[in-house]
Amino acid sequence: MRGSTAPAQVDRPAGEDHVIPDRPWLVICWNDPINLMSYVTYVFQKLFGYSFDKATQLMLDVHHKGKAVVSSGAREKAEFDTYRLHAHGLWATMEHQY
Amino acid sequence: MPLPQRRVKRTRRGGFELNLPPEEREVLRSLPAQLREILPSEDPAVGRLFPPAYPHDPDNSAEFLRLVRDDLLAGHVEALQVMESTLDARRLTEDQLVSWLGALNDIRLVLGTKLDVSEETYDREVPDDHPEAAGLALYFYLGWLEEQVVEALAQGLDPAGTEAGG
Repeated sequence: MRGSTAPAQVDRPAGEDHVIPDRPWLVICWNDPINLMSYVTYVFQKLFGYSFDKATQLMLDVHHKGKAVVSSGAREKAEFDTYRLHAHGLWATMEHQY
Repeated sequence: MPLPQRRVKRTRRGGFELNLPPEEREVLRSLPAQLREILPSEDPAVGRLFPPAYPHDPDNSAEFLRLVRDDLLAGHVEALQVMESTLDARRLTEDQLVSWLGALNDIRLVLGTKLDVSEETYDREVPDDHPEAAGLALYFYLGWLEEQVVEALAQGLDPAGTEAGG
């Protein structure tokens, strides 16, 4: 419990809690040894409407670099995309871009 | 030597031919029910189908899973049921083949996780007396079949994509 000397309410300075609207959430797809390369490419095309070339490049990034950012945006969009990738068996996580 | 017969072929009418020999259908027959039975369990390999959304934040990951778990589970179960009910079909609609793809991929993911598959698994010869020889043979067969399903379905996608603004 707080001591009685603590101020009841103060206006917080704008700062730490301030939400910067254009700092997007990133959806990251991680490499795994089971999913087929062709399947991963197909899922990126199907879910995100990416061209075959773009989907293939992302798949190769996942395969060779271990991960790739496959989509980004507001938190709700990132959660939806993460959910759809999980529904397709891909190992996806999300994080707030610094 | 004749090429092995293609198992999945897109037809001109937009459906798909499923040219699976009887012995392959028998191999596949029990798999959807086997996975469906362990899906709601705590089997660690099933955890592969429910990855943490926030890798450094267990609380948010648990909350995310709480929100999506039922939908994810229902999607997996539905795909497995479609595969099961069309296992003897000679023709599949696109929706049915999409379900086959989801079911095959889920089965491979859980089987591969149980077999502890790694990148090296693909480079090594599996001796006949390997304790997991049968499981690995099934795993590689499923990958070979899934590859054909992906190829047949991907033919229906526009290679230019549909993303707004390219």
